[in-house]
Amino acid sequence: MIAAHLPALQIVLPLAAAPLCLLLRRGTLAWALALAASWAALVCAALLLRQVLISGPISYELGSWAAPWGIEYRVDAVNGFVLLIVAAVGAVILPYARTSVAHELPEEQHATFYTAFLLCLTGLLGVTITGDAFNLFVFLEISSLSSYVLIALGRDRRALTAAFQYLVMGTIGATFIVIGVGLLYMATGTLNMMDLAERLPPLAGNRTVLVAFAFLTVGTGLKLALFPLHFWLPNAYAYAPSVVTGFLAATATKVSVYVLLRFFFTVFGVGYSFEVLSVGKLLIPLAAIAILVCSTVAIFQNDVKRMLAYSSIAQIGYMIMGIGFATTTGLTAGILHLFNHAMMKGGLFLALGCVFLRVGSVRLEALHGLGKRMPLTMFSFVLGGLSLVGVPLTVGFISKWYLVQAALERDDWILAVVVLVGSLLALVYVWRVVEAAYFKPAPEGAAKVEEAPLSMLIPTWVLIGASIYFGIDTSLTVGVARQAAAQLIGGAS
Amino acid sequence: MEVFGLYNYWIVIVLMMTGFYVVISRGNLIKKIVGLNIFQTSMFILYISMGKVRGGTAPIIVEGLACPEGAVCYSNPLPHVLILTAIVVGVATTALGLALIVRIKEAYGTVEEDEIQSQEVET
Repeated sequence: MIAAHLPALQIVLPLAAAPLCLLLRRGTLAWALALAASWAALVCAALLLRQVLISGPISYELGSWAAPWGIEYRVDAVNGFVLLIVAAVGAVILPYARTSVAHELPEEQHATFYTAFLLCLTGLLGVTITGDAFNLFVFLEISSLSSYVLIALGRDRRALTAAFQYLVMGTIGATFIVIGVGLLYMATGTLNMMDLAERLPPLAGNRTVLVAFAFLTVGTGLKLALFPLHFWLPNAYAYAPSVVTGFLAATATKVSVYVLLRFFFTVFGVGYSFEVLSVGKLLIPLAAIAILVCSTVAIFQNDVKRMLAYSSIAQIGYMIMGIGFATTTGLTAGILHLFNHAMMKGGLFLALGCVFLRVGSVRLEALHGLGKRMPLTMFSFVLGGLSLVGVPLTVGFISKWYLVQAALERDDWILAVVVLVGSLLALVYVWRVVEAAYFKPAPEGAAKVEEAPLSMLIPTWVLIGASIYFGIDTSLTVGVARQAAAQLIGGAS
Repeated sequence: MEVFGLYNYWIVIVLMMTGFYVVISRGNLIKKIVGLNIFQTSMFILYISMGKVRGGTAPIIVEGLACPEGAVCYSNPLPHVLILTAIVVGVATTALGLALIVRIKEAYGTVEEDEIQSQEVET
């Protein structure tokens, strides 16, 4: 009985818990409720993915209104996997949030924080699960509006301008997406993604469809910080509270990448997107530039949070490159990196949150000598950093391995070299942090620094541990990613 | 005359570009929000236009209104309903944007982008 309604529960549980958090008012109670809701969401996501892997895609008619008129929730291997990533990161970060939020935000804002956090989680899960193009926009705005609030909660006043900048860029992106969806509706008369996929092929030469494609690509590109559209991201990540940076870096851009995948492969179809329009020729150069330019910019940052934000844009480049290849190996690499990057970047930002809690700053000079004073935190940062570089036995290696393989399948040596150079650049910026933490002496008369509390260390190590574990035992992640890629390439079925 | 027959779509394009230009070119944060609103409004008109059927009335069942054979006598209500949702989203975005501007004004004492930037450079 309940199992049949899992797709709805996935969204309804965090959505219903959000206003309750606000009503509870007390920070601790709101936190406990948010924790329960996020763990329930994780259970739903895990059960859904298991069901999908065993018995194929699930279609759920919301309120029993039959698709294509009603809103359909549709879970297949692709979004089942993304649902699990988002729910897992949410469930791991909330235990961490309690100490970190108590330290960084004033008491009266705690309940509001958890409300906004749950709404953001709801929005991201909703974007992922829905099979309706307009519903996707609504969930996208739920997650975006709440993430503007979360970013603006940062203590630095620059968090406000960063949130405002993100609001303007994000709204333009979302409006582009609605215009694209509207044009698709004009051409086909439907909003259901499966229905769209059936009705679009005969319209391949239609100009309305072409314009819709362009609007959707640019709109989603803004949301996922595709290279020339990334200007909102570094400030937003650098000034948001630590928990928020960790959560958004691990989930928000990943969900946008999924939206791009969904539109390119399911709705428009791989033939239209990559053969008629050859969007790959646009995506691959942008991805390559993102990897090289943003990794280089990251080297020159003195604020480590900002450094990792630029590194995120470069890492998104790897995902987009894999998608741009439009081959099974390329897509496997892209989807795999979606998961892998969520684990390592989430872990890295959480480690920085621990540093911020004890030291009060995440600038490079504040990290001097921390390797001895906060050994566990800094060691987790080093492991996450190695994964960013792509050292064997970490997840970063696995996704880069597949990406290089995909590039070589096309005899594209230049792109394979770009991926490797990107790794070397990552080594440089990770080394700057390692050097500061382990080889520079602590400043004279520095206050004594304790190791971060366990409630924060454990979530950090769970994510970092996952990024090592899935680098050694790749059967689960590669298996799911490969199945998802085959499904996307194979078309709508 | 086909080109002018589609005048509402021309309005959409003009409004969209006006709004977009205002967002990009103005340094005043309030004006940016106004530009964003104009930009969003153009999208509302696009949706409302596409649902309109020439000669069609509001989609309410009225007794005695007989449709001629093969003709459509109701406008398509779906885009209109969709856009109600989008308007709500737009209102929420504007409210949040203005709330942020209030906080920015408290923190910086100005709502001009260049003055905010020069304050940041000094510190």
